[in-house]
Amino acid sequence: MSIITRRTAIKIGGAAAALPLIGSKAFAGEKVRAAFVLIGTPDDNGWNYGHDLGRREMIEALGADKVETTVVTNVAEGPDSERVFRELAQQGHDIIFGTSFGYGDAMLKVAKQFPDVKFEWATGYQTASNLSIYNARFHEGRSVLGTIAGAMSETGIGAYIGSFPIPEVVMGINAFHLAARKQNPDFITKVVYVNSWFDPAKEADAARALIDQGVDVITQHTDGPAALQVAEERGIIGGFGQGADMSAFAPKAHLTSIIDIWSPYYIKAVKSVIEGTWAEGSSWEGLAAGEVVIGPYNEKIPADVVAAAEAVRLGIIDGSVHPFAGPITDNEGTVRVEAGDVIDDGEFWGVDWYAAGVEA
Amino acid sequence: MSTTLLIAMLITMIGASTPILLAALGELVVEKSGVLNLGIEGMMLTGAVVGFAVAYTTGSPWLGIGMAALVGAAVSMIFAFLTLSLSANQVATGLALTIFGTGFSALFGSEYTGKPLELFKSVFPAGLAEDPYLRLIFGHSPLVYFSFFMVFAVWWFLSRTRAGLILRAVGENDISAHSIGYSVIRIRYGAVAFGGAMAGIGGACFPLLLTPQWVEGLTAGRGWIALALVVFAAWRPLRLLAGAYLFGLIATVELYTQAAGGVFRIIPTELWASLPYLATIGVLVLISLGRSTNANAPACLGKPFEAGH
Repeated sequence: MSIITRRTAIKIGGAAAALPLIGSKAFAGEKVRAAFVLIGTPDDNGWNYGHDLGRREMIEALGADKVETTVVTNVAEGPDSERVFRELAQQGHDIIFGTSFGYGDAMLKVAKQFPDVKFEWATGYQTASNLSIYNARFHEGRSVLGTIAGAMSETGIGAYIGSFPIPEVVMGINAFHLAARKQNPDFITKVVYVNSWFDPAKEADAARALIDQGVDVITQHTDGPAALQVAEERGIIGGFGQGADMSAFAPKAHLTSIIDIWSPYYIKAVKSVIEGTWAEGSSWEGLAAGEVVIGPYNEKIPADVVAAAEAVRLGIIDGSVHPFAGPITDNEGTVRVEAGDVIDDGEFWGVDWYAAGVEA
Repeated sequence: MSTTLLIAMLITMIGASTPILLAALGELVVEKSGVLNLGIEGMMLTGAVVGFAVAYTTGSPWLGIGMAALVGAAVSMIFAFLTLSLSANQVATGLALTIFGTGFSALFGSEYTGKPLELFKSVFPAGLAEDPYLRLIFGHSPLVYFSFFMVFAVWWFLSRTRAGLILRAVGENDISAHSIGYSVIRIRYGAVAFGGAMAGIGGACFPLLLTPQWVEGLTAGRGWIALALVVFAAWRPLRLLAGAYLFGLIATVELYTQAAGGVFRIIPTELWASLPYLATIGVLVLISLGRSTNANAPACLGKPFEAGH
């Protein structure tokens, strides 16, 4: 990580001005400079930690003599981030990763002004000639969690604490629920939206409300341990870590976790800059590419349940299992996906219904 | 809805209301002395991180609460020095205090993120604290009983004691209070320190009562709701208790009705989530319309005082 002073910034600016003449950095024998803009701090044990870990592993893989990184933390979404992206571009960074959805407008604007700088927008939805987007298929992990929830729940009622009813959350719920119903055809998933991306106290209260009403397996879309801790305290069957292994918070209730691994993508992206092959694109990898990883299983999960969960995980990797394979009926009785059909990537973002048995 | 579920919901509601109630009680005393401190959110975050750190390292939640109160009061002294001794603008200084508290708690708390803590639960015997019915009375954290006690104490202090009368006099007419020999600045220092301590304890409720972890920005804006509640309650402690519980009830019912599903889903969750804010706006409108409640606002609220004017 480098600390930038005004003087070095000017020097770097001068060097960067000469760059277009050289073309690929590999010939120049210079380091590629990558910048990471985070919405929080790397020690949040969740989203930002995942991105920063990806950065460190990327440096390790490519070598500190090839790549040099700058990290800017606590950058609020919106107009303030535009200033940060512009500064990073002016300082001569070759590739800039914006790791939050709300940086999009600022990145698209700055990308236009710096056509030689590559921009990468995490969870974004729009590309440009020098702006790529990347995301992970978290819903694949939720199919594995749903399998465990369906098999282990005694009340047959699970819960999903969501942030806002946007397609990614809706599809997380459907993936979890559809997998659970394969284990228990009467499984019910209760959904509570906390209407916030960040409010741990409210998530904990949501977990209390759900457990008070018969829920014994709980999962959540945001990456804090609040719901898990309530699960531990109340002694229900369990919950799942999101973004990172959270077993330290709930040794008994933590069944397993979905872990975000960004390094495969960061290695690929920065390597393509080093080799001069970077191109506009849209990446959406999951279990198969190792970007979504299932953490260790709690030892209290019976062997046959672990086997069922592994079958789903491996099935998604080899393509024999699809998280959204038909027939799927929604919770109002309409058939949404015919037998033999699936919800493909294009249809994914348009889903605004819940599968039968979801109470939302 | 069964009785046990209703009791469970009430317990969750009381927990959700307590930090706001404590912080708002402190601010009520501060405002009664004629000072407007907008730094509640910053002081709560400071209290939250200190409460977590001390309870985590020493294993004693009592010590955590005590230190949260002390540090909350200490941080409020920055505000007091700037606004009372140097007559800086209270609104700007209060906002700066929030920004400071947010940054300080993030910096100080970075090594505590990702570490688990035990909740500060009821100190009554398990037979009482876990009984499905009796837990409505005995099942709470000591922080909850403390908040009840403080509502009564603040009410009694402000309306039944001579010191409370002097504090109110300072808030109503600082020049008169000064001219008959009371030290306006010293009294206001005391009120601000009390407000800081209460905000600190309110913040400590987050890791000790609600969700036993530390993460940056843990209070998620509750300090601003506490600030609005003081106006909502028209500067009356007992009305403040009602207001805090009304807010807690709305926030809790929102979650319980969603979890219940079925007919309880009729009201959209977005509407539930916005209700506390709509209620605050409604009350502000009522206050500006009706003179009787408006008259209860301390006349010197937010105005700097300099002896010798």
